[in-house]
Formats: sequence, C-alpha cells, structure tokens
Amino acid sequence: MTDLLAARGQMAMSLAFHIIFAVLGIGMPALMVLAERQWIRTRDPVWLDLAKRWSKGTAILFAVGAVSGTVLSFELGLLWPRFMEYAGAIIGMPFSLEGFAFFTEAIFLGVYLYGWTRLSARAHWWAGVAVAVSGTISGIFVVFANAWMNAPTGFRVVDGAAVEIDPIAAMLNPAAFSQSLHMTLAAFATTGFAVAGIHAWMLRKEATSAFHRAALRVALAIAVPAALLQLVSGDLSAKFVARTQPVKLAAMEGHFETAARAPLRLGGLPDEATRTTRWSVDIPGGLSFLAFGDPDAEVKGLENFPESDWPPVAVTHLAFQVMVGLGTLMALAAAWVAVCWVRKREVAETRPLLGLLALLTPAGFVAVEAGWVVTEVGRQPWIIQGVMRTADAVTPMPGLVVPFAAFTLLYLFLGVIVAWLLWAQIVKTRPDPAHPIRRDV
Amino acid sequence: MPTLPTVTLADAVAAIVMLALNAYVILGGADFGAGVWDLLAVGRRAERQRAVIAEGIGPIWEANHVWLILVVVLLFVCFPPVYARLSVELHVPLVLMLIGIVLRGSAFTFRAYDSTGSAVQRHWGRLFSIASTVTPFVLGTCVGAIASGALAVPAGADFTARFLAPWTSPFALATGAFTLVVFAFLAAVYLTVEARDEDLREDFRQMAILAAIGVFACAGLVAWLGSRLDGAVTGALFTGPLALPLHAVTGLAALTAFAGLVRGRFRLARAAAVVQVSAIVWGWGYAQYPALIPGVHTVQSAAAPAITLKLVLIGLAGGAVVLVPSLWYLYRVFKSEAASAFVRVDTAEYRAPK
Ligand code: HDD
Ligand code: HEM
Ligand code: HEM
Repeated sequence: MTDLLAARGQMAMSLAFHIIFAVLGIGMPALMVLAERQWIRTRDPVWLDLAKRWSKGTAILFAVGAVSGTVLSFELGLLWPRFMEYAGAIIGMPFSLEGFAFFTEAIFLGVYLYGWTRLSARAHWWAGVAVAVSGTISGIFVVFANAWMNAPTGFRVVDGAAVEIDPIAAMLNPAAFSQSLHMTLAAFATTGFAVAGIHAWMLRKEATSAFHRAALRVALAIAVPAALLQLVSGDLSAKFVARTQPVKLAAMEGHFETAARAPLRLGGLPDEATRTTRWSVDIPGGLSFLAFGDPDAEVKGLENFPESDWPPVAVTHLAFQVMVGLGTLMALAAAWVAVCWVRKREVAETRPLLGLLALLTPAGFVAVEAGWVVTEVGRQPWIIQGVMRTADAVTPMPGLVVPFAAFTLLYLFLGVIVAWLLWAQIVKTRPDPAHPIRRDV
Repeated sequence: MPTLPTVTLADAVAAIVMLALNAYVILGGADFGAGVWDLLAVGRRAERQRAVIAEGIGPIWEANHVWLILVVVLLFVCFPPVYARLSVELHVPLVLMLIGIVLRGSAFTFRAYDSTGSAVQRHWGRLFSIASTVTPFVLGTCVGAIASGALAVPAGADFTARFLAPWTSPFALATGAFTLVVFAFLAAVYLTVEARDEDLREDFRQMAILAAIGVFACAGLVAWLGSRLDGAVTGALFTGPLALPLHAVTGLAALTAFAGLVRGRFRLARAAAVVQVSAIVWGWGYAQYPALIPGVHTVQSAAAPAITLKLVLIGLAGGAVVLVPSLWYLYRVFKSEAASAFVRVDTAEYRAPK
C-alpha cells in the first residue's frame, strides 16, 4: 500500500466513523428536547423516561463524537499538511466559528446531562435547546469548509500561491448553501428513521407499549418532513454539481459520451476500459432534465475531459445509486406515514408500515456514507477542485499504513463497544415502575 | 524611557493562542491529572477517591477539552505553516497522543454508563486512568521538542533523526514528565476543594503536597537540561528583561500554594496553583518569542494574511460574548457552593432493574 493510499484510507475511515456520531449529535438533541417539552406540558412520566433514556444514549455518542472529531482536526495536518498550509488561512472562518459552536454544545450538554436535578425544568429544557441549536450550527460550518473544497472561491492563484484572500467569500462559496442544507436534512432524516425503526420493531412485538408509541411519534415528527424535503434538496445539489463540477456529474451518472437528451441511468455498472455503462435502466432525457431543467439540454460526458482528471467512475456511480435509491425509499415511507396522519390513523397500528420502518433503521446511515463517497471520491484526483491534487497534499511521513491500521482497529473496537452499550443499557432496559424517576428533588 | 515594543496583529493572535493553551492546561490538564490520581488511588478509601474524581470531571471535561480544539484551529487558520510543520515533524507523538485522547474520553464515558457490573467497569476505569497518564506525558514531549529547537531538522536527516530524535531527547522527556506532574498537581489541589469529607480531603492534600514537590524537582531538571542546550532557545528565560518578574511570580505563587496546602487554606492554594502554572506556560512562550518553532518560524514569518487575522479576531470577540457567560453558567451550576447543596442524582444513577 502506498503512503498516499494509506492516507486516503485513514482519512476516509476516520470521517466515515465520525460522521455517524455527528449525524446523531445533530439529531438526538432535537428528539430529547421534543420529548422533554411534552413532559413539561403533560407531566406524563412516559415522556420524561424517554427524554432521559435518549439523553443517556446521547452522552455516549457525544463523547465518541468529540474524541473522533478531535482526531480529525489533527489528521487534517497529520495527513494533508500541504493542503492545510495552503487552505488554512482561506477557510479559517467556518472552522473558527465552528470552534465556538462546539464550545456551546459541549457546555450545555454537560449542563443537560448532569443537571436534571439541579435546574428548574424550564432551564433544563433550554439547555437542551442550546445543545440542539449549536450542534446543528457546528455541522453547518464544517460543511461550509468542505463545500469550499468543491467550489473554491475567495482567492486568486498567482505562481502557485494563493493571493487576494477573502475568507468571507470563501466561507460563502457557491456550494455552501446546497451542501449544508442537504447535510442538515440528512442528519434529521437519518436520526429520525433510525430511532423510529428501533421503536417500530419493538412495537411489532409489544403493540400496546405507551413508551414505544411515544418514541415513534417524536422520531417520525422529525424524520418525515426531513425525508420529504431531502428529495428537493438532493435535486438542488445535483443541479449545482452539474454546473460547477461536470466531471463529477458525469461520473455519478456513468455518462461517458457527451449527448443532448442524455438519459437518466438507474443502476448499472460503468466500465472505464470500454467507456460504457452496462445493465442500467435508462430514462431518455432524464439526466438532461434533472440537471438543467430541459430534456434536450446537452450534458458533457467523461470523454470531454482528460482521463487523468477522472474520478473512480464505478465507485462514484454506485455510491450515487445507493444514496438516491435509499432516499427514494425513505421518502416513500415518509409519504405513507403522512397519509396515515392525514387520515388520522395510528401509525403504531399499521403493521406493514411498522415493518417497513424497522427495515429502514440503517438506511439513513448508509445513504450518508454513500453521499460522502459521491462528494469526496467524485472530486478526485483533486483535494481542492481544480487547484490542488490530492497526491500533492500528502505528508512526507513514511509508513502511513501503521497509523491507518492503528486507528482502524481502535475505531472498530469503539464501534463494537458503543453499539453494545446502546443496546444493553438503553434499548433493552425497561421503564421501571419500582424506581420512580426523581425529578422534583 | 524605553519605547514599548509594537504589537502586531499576528502578536495579538499569538497571545490569544497562548491564552487558549493556558486555559487548556489549567482546565483540561487538571482533568488528565485527575485520571492520574485515579490510577494511583490506593488503600481503603480508593473507591471513594475515584468517585470524587469522577464526579468532579464528569460534567465539565468535554467543555474543557474544546480548548485544545480551539488551539489547533487557531493554529491552522492563523499560522498555517506552523501547523503543517508540527504535524509533519511530530507525527509520531501526535498520533500517540490522539490515541490517548480517544481512549481517555471514551473509557471515562463507558465507565459512567456501563452498569453491567463492577468488574467491567473497573476495566474501563483502568483504561481511562492509564490513558490519562500517558497522554500528558506525550504532549509534554512535543512541547519539549518545540522548545529545544530540535524541529529545525537538517535536510536529509534519516527517519530516526527526523521523526523520533526531537521528542525523545533528555530535555523533551523531562518536559514530558514535568507536564505530567504539573497536571497531577493541579488536579490534586482542585480535589482538596471539591472533596466533601474530611478524610478524603486529607488524602488529596497529601497527594497535592507530593505533587508540588514533584513539580519543583521536574522544573529543576528541565531548567538544568535546558541550560545545557543551545543558549538561544532557553536563554531569554534567564536573561530577558521580563525574566526576573516571571520567575518572581512563579516562585511566589508556588510558595503560596504550598503554604496553603500545608495549612489547609485550600481555596487560596487553588488560586495560587493556577497562577503558578499559568506563569510557567507564559514563561515558555516568553522564552521562545518571537519564535513559534525556534529555528523555523516566527510569529511574523508564519502569520496568515492580515485580512484572515482581522476576521478571526472579530470572530473571537463575537464568540467570547456567547462563550464567557456559558462557561460561567456551567461552573456555577456544578462548581459553586450553592450547587453542592443539591442532592446528587445524575443520569448514571438512574438505572433499570437487572
Ligand atoms: C439521509 C441521507 C441522504 C439522502 C436520503 C440523500 N442524500 Fe444526497 N447526500 C447526502 C445524504 C443524503 C450527504 C451524505 O449528506 C451528502 C454528502 C455531501 C453533502 O453535502 O451531502 C450528499 C451528497 C449529495 C450530492 C453531491 C453533492 C456534492 O458533491 O457537492 C448530490 C448530487 C446528492 N446528494 C443528491 C441527492 C439526491 C438526488 C437524493 C434523492 C433522493 C439524495 N441526495 C438523497
Ligand atoms: C468538512 C468536512 C470534510 C473535509 C474538510 C474533508 C476533507 C477530506 C480530505 C482532505 C480528504 C483526503 C483527500 C482525498 O482523498 O480526497 C478526504 C477524503 C475523503 N473524505 Fe472527506 N472531508 C470532509 C467530509 C467528509 C465526510 C463527512 C465524509 C464522510 C464519510 C468524507 C468522506 C471522505 C472519503 C470517502 C474520502 C476518500 C476519498 C478518496 O481518497 O478516494 N469526507 N476528505
Ligand atoms: C461534514 C462533516 C462533519 C459534520 C456534519 C460534523 C458535525 C459535527 C457535530 C454535530 C459534532 C458534535 C459532536 C457530536 O455530537 O458528536 C462534531 C464534533 C466534532 N467534529 Fe465534526 N463534523 C464533520 C466533520 C468534521 C471534520 C472534517 C473535522 C475536523 C476538522 C471535525 C471536527 C470535530 C471536532 C473537533 C468535534 C468535537 C467537538 C466537541 O468536543 O464538542 N468534524 N462534528
């Protein structure tokens, strides 16, 4: 394994690990806060039990999210020092603002988790709101930084050096809005479906549990709007990519030959050697329409670009298919739930729907990972689109396979422990009538 | 009358980085130090000592930890070449430190939320305390490598000379040990204030006195090894115009802290210990200034363009408006006299039946 490959592997692995906790770090506080608000309004202990259990899970997730995020902030330098030397001053704004968002989040999470009996119910609830808001904001800022790598603005290159730096323009780069909207919705949809799925599964065994019904209702209240909006937002992202990163779009679609009335390909396997995509189901004019709003528009194919600028086409295309496929499924499930609501039917009574929800428990996570593969692998060989190549950014440190292996093992270990703890400590435990919840001490 | 030195934008940002580092040392450092005492806890009261330690750092360690992230972020935004250089040359110890940070934080949380039984919990506790001990030591060797000027590696150095030697020199290792005892000292002093029972308070007092002696011994060792290095690096610490006042403040604070511990004036000891350790941090900064990495980069040579620095300063000022009251609130809820009047029932205690 070359050092470049090890560095890319380590970066991808670390981000793929962190993003799971980041997504839950954005979504879970919203769920806690909604449940606690219900408790304050109704004083029905089911809601308090729910909020407490979710906050226990969030405590574990947040700790792992914080330490894996710390690793990332060092890894940007440990693996890509040339990139950071070049980009640090340009994209510093979102990163330093993010620092404050982290601070607020960590502070109020401490208050929330340990303050159940120390604060009034209202103050405690507001601490939860602060966690939810600052968690969302930190996600948005970090995606601003990533968006800049896709749409670098706010500087000029003269003799290979960046001059006339404008950090504000860099932060508000053209990709920032579409990407951060899409990511934030993804976080809510993913968390909502994951939590709804677990409780839907429980309800299939224990149909009358007030606890699981309450949990399902809150989780769906977040998941349904997010999953429906995600379709619109994904379309926005795709239109943006079509205009600014035509190579990435071509790879996402396995689209080799430039054509007007380009088809939308569902599934299929692109083959770079023969420059064809086989076994796909084609919708004529679909790609032209989705990318440019006109079924007859011309869409540039990969043949228009030198092969040295191609990303790995098959990986990008497959990852995109996985994301869109799961996104469509999630949106369908969300629509079904919405229909139930409109017709005033209990979701908890609709068994096939419960089955579908249970099945979709991991869907959001898979879609998020796939989406990031589209974004990051689809940008290769560039680390900053059109400005710096990944190969030029890597550290001169030899033997990178060693830290790659070490962090992989470490994260594998943590992943297993976290999954087991969540399962054994939170999902499996029952509400306990003999141990009344002490809240009003 | 001597003219005041002109303070540039880059100096101002560098001072804020030092301030954040200072905060990390006296807050985050003490959380690591508490883990060291968790490891060293012995005797009949060991479990009760560990309980005080866990209670003391539980609600605040994550917020305290963000200071380190702030340092890193400010470094790569405002002094990108320094961040790049440090990440390359100190790759090995930084990776070790990160593994320590990951294991410390997660093991601590797992211990708090794992109610399967004391055997498993003890393993998490052990992992937490070992990681708390190794991490500050490695962090200290990085500081030692920077301060000793060892990062000005000549071109063509082989792997050992470039990636291992700078942070394993006697000076760097002594700085590692120094960092470790300083963190442990801070923790023990804070714990004397936080312990509610007399016998535990006495335990922590003894630990703190022991650590204070350790700090003194290590400081001497570091100073002696430093004086044998190339004069340029540590010279200012002994000859610069501010050298005397800095040493006076450190020495006075150290004596006050020690006397406070001996005579049972714990709040005074805590305040003095904070001053003492802060003076050590700033003494290091002062000795190096204007170098950020001696022999490689100075504050001026490594600074980002003025527009970036200005915006960061504005951002920091805006952020402080949110941060300072929030931090105040956090410590008020958990660390004030009034807070301890509440019954302690946290989420960890709320458990389902077996
Ligand atoms: C719950 C997760 C989820 C779901 C259901 C979808 N996405 Fe997505 N997608 C993401 C989660 C995600 C992501 C992981 O969050 C990404 C990676 C980068 C980003 O900003 O969002 C992403 C990136 C991403 C990109 C690349 C943006 C870029 O490279 O700049 C496009 C074009 C789409 N998405 C399009 C879609 C479409 C058309 C969807 C229709 C169903 C869709 N996404 C559903
Ligand atoms: C602010 C956010 C992010 C930044 C600054 C960032 C930065 C980087 C960098 C520097 C690399 C290495 C160069 C490269 O191989 O492209 C990389 C690669 C990668 N990142 Fe991102 N990334 C971000 C978000 C994410 C997230 C959240 C994921 C999700 C899992 C992700 C997935 C990947 C993958 C899969 C690669 C490997 C691509 C390859 O080498 O083929 N990235 N990213
Ligand atoms: C797009 C990808 C990312 C998103 C959406 C994201 C979002 C988040 C969120 C919501 C948190 C809160 C902690 C939690 O609840 O788990 C977090 C933590 C953290 N992230 Fe990420 N992150 C991403 C990528 C990165 C990258 C590339 C870095 C490195 C610079 C990073 C650094 C951190 C750090 C240092 C923390 C810990 C903060 C704390 O202690 O509170 N993140 N991230």
